Amino acid sequence: MADQPAIRVLIAKVGLDGHDRGVKIVARCLRDAGMDVIYTGLHKTPEDVVRAAVDEDVDVLGISLLSGAHMTIFPRVIALLEEAGASDIMLVGGGVMPDEDATALRAMGVAELLLQDTPPDAIVAAIRRLVAERGPR
Amino acid sequence: MTESHGNPDRHGLAALAGRLADWEADEVARVLERQPERKADYRTASGLDLKRTYTALDVAEIPLEDIGLPGSYPYTRGPYPTMYRGRNWTMRQIAGFGTGADTNTRFKYLLGQGQTGLSTDFDMPTLMGYDSDHPMCHGEVGREGVAVDTIDDVEALFDGIDLRTISVSLTINPSAWILYAMYIALAQRRGYDLDALSGTIQADILKEYIAQKEWIFPIRPSVRLVRDCIAYGARNMRRYNPVNISGYHMSEAGATAVQEAAFTMATTIAYVEEVIAAGLHVDEFAPRLSFFFVSQSDLFEEVAKFRALRRVYARIMKERFGAEKPESMRLRFHAQTAAATLTKPQYQVNLMRTAFQALAAVLGGCQSLHTNGMDEAFTIPTEEAMRLALRTQQVIAEETNVASVVDPLGGSYLVESLTSEMERRIFEILDRVDDMGGTIQAIERGWFQREIADSAYDQAIRKANGERPVIGVNTFVEADADPNIETHPYDPETERRQIDNLRRTRAERDNAKVAALLDELKRVAGNEGENIMPITIALADARASMGEIVETLRGLWGSYGETPVF
Repeated sequence: MADQPAIRVLIAKVGLDGHDRGVKIVARCLRDAGMDVIYTGLHKTPEDVVRAAVDEDVDVLGISLLSGAHMTIFPRVIALLEEAGASDIMLVGGGVMPDEDATALRAMGVAELLLQDTPPDAIVAAIRRLVAERGPR
Repeated sequence: MTESHGNPDRHGLAALAGRLADWEADEVARVLERQPERKADYRTASGLDLKRTYTALDVAEIPLEDIGLPGSYPYTRGPYPTMYRGRNWTMRQIAGFGTGADTNTRFKYLLGQGQTGLSTDFDMPTLMGYDSDHPMCHGEVGREGVAVDTIDDVEALFDGIDLRTISVSLTINPSAWILYAMYIALAQRRGYDLDALSGTIQADILKEYIAQKEWIFPIRPSVRLVRDCIAYGARNMRRYNPVNISGYHMSEAGATAVQEAAFTMATTIAYVEEVIAAGLHVDEFAPRLSFFFVSQSDLFEEVAKFRALRRVYARIMKERFGAEKPESMRLRFHAQTAAATLTKPQYQVNLMRTAFQALAAVLGGCQSLHTNGMDEAFTIPTEEAMRLALRTQQVIAEETNVASVVDPLGGSYLVESLTSEMERRIFEILDRVDDMGGTIQAIERGWFQREIADSAYDQAIRKANGERPVIGVNTFVEADADPNIETHPYDPETERRQIDNLRRTRAERDNAKVAALLDELKRVAGNEGENIMPITIALADARASMGEIVETLRGLWGSYGETPVF
């Protein structure tokens, strides 16, 4: 079998939240696992990150939120991905949130939520699994 | 003859060295044969080597004057001679959510429970200088802290609280000078003598670029704003701390104890240089510099960190800046237990974690303390979680008896040895920063940021491979630990209520006056040598909003952006 192309991931911080400890660790772990990783840096709008995800033709869009604004921001990102005809980009969330919000976000279409204390290898495995399940584009 | 405080003389030390070598070769070796130690090497959380045990040999080279006595140079043992025998540390639980009126209710609850100081958390829009109706703020208004747009919100926040009798801490940074101005304007409206106000505003922008990542303007004008807060405070508010130089956020971002301590001293040096350059003598403002550190889980390392910090600061102020007043050399700090150590699984265990971390802060001689709520891995804490956190401090103060002796760990072979080692490493890092051209240049090069990211990555890997145990997460995991926990509710109407408040203020005030003052603000901001506080106080009093003030200056100074390193 031919080599699979590297999985492309855009990691993003949305809104005013400045907590970037976790997101940078995740970016580094995914890069170390052989993925192509782009990190947006802080304080982006949902529009910024969806545009970047489409432009960069990524497989996965990972958004980290520790601001509590997840129930506002994720629905907006899902809507923008749909508008852009890019719903095949897998949306993954990370950060801090109550369990019931995580359940609600899964129901809305967030493919996976990898919250605090998820070990790095579990994050890598989850991204690989999601992309494999989606299949080639 | 011996010059040490009860340590053996040279002959005694030689005998001890011999005895120690025999002990290692005999008793220890025999036990190790039967039962090896649990780990190949033992280290502090920062990675400092830990010996099997410490003896008089480990402190033999430490000059007695480095240790000294409480309340005297170099203040290793505490900033004051009697410490908690005179007055306990200030029990200062932070609070903030919703509108000013919402947080005011929590303040009054905490005061009713025996809390002795107030501390305020602001929401992200306030921290970043946006008005609540700015599109960037959607979903964040009043969520992680209290929303403040104008002085009307500050009035509601402190309604019915006499600011002359309780000290108030304001945790805010890039927009700090505006909040400071609102606080001063409120005090003036109430007819208070400004010298009667005590408390602290964080206003520490450099650690934002390094760690917490809340910023508005580029570095240079932002440091000027801090300078103006310090200079204004020094001249007008005798009991108020106009800056709270912080290591806490560096630790939360991943810094080790050594890095936290050293990087905070690096930012301190930058501020002191800046204020001196504005024409103040170090002794005019240094007595009002205050500090904020984390109290982490490694108990003895933390105690050593606090002791080393006091010694390093005293030396820097005396030797580097020529301070002469004792008050300029004594480091006073607030401590907070480590939020990043809190876990969701088995969240009640956070009570125990927090208690030990709080004990380290008290054994290390903190002046005030915040203990985290056990539910803060979920969201901001409930009233019940804050009550237990406060009770934790009260147990330490009233039941453990640790507050009866000043610096109770002073003289411990381990703690003195760690204190000196920590001091040595802090100065090593400060030398490196000087070699890079100073703190601001090192920030511009992303040096601190990269150092912290590397430490965070290293800790994540050690946690993942189990080298760093975390109960409930990688050790003593319970299969079904998902808790039924009642968390602090967020009122979905907060955003609308707050935007209504803001619109009401804009409709009621004298808008022509605000516009004229904003023009004057532009002029003052353009004149680098002029202090920006008086015009900002006038704006606050005229009910100008934070967003209006910030946007006016953004037009002049631009915005900060970082190239992320990972």
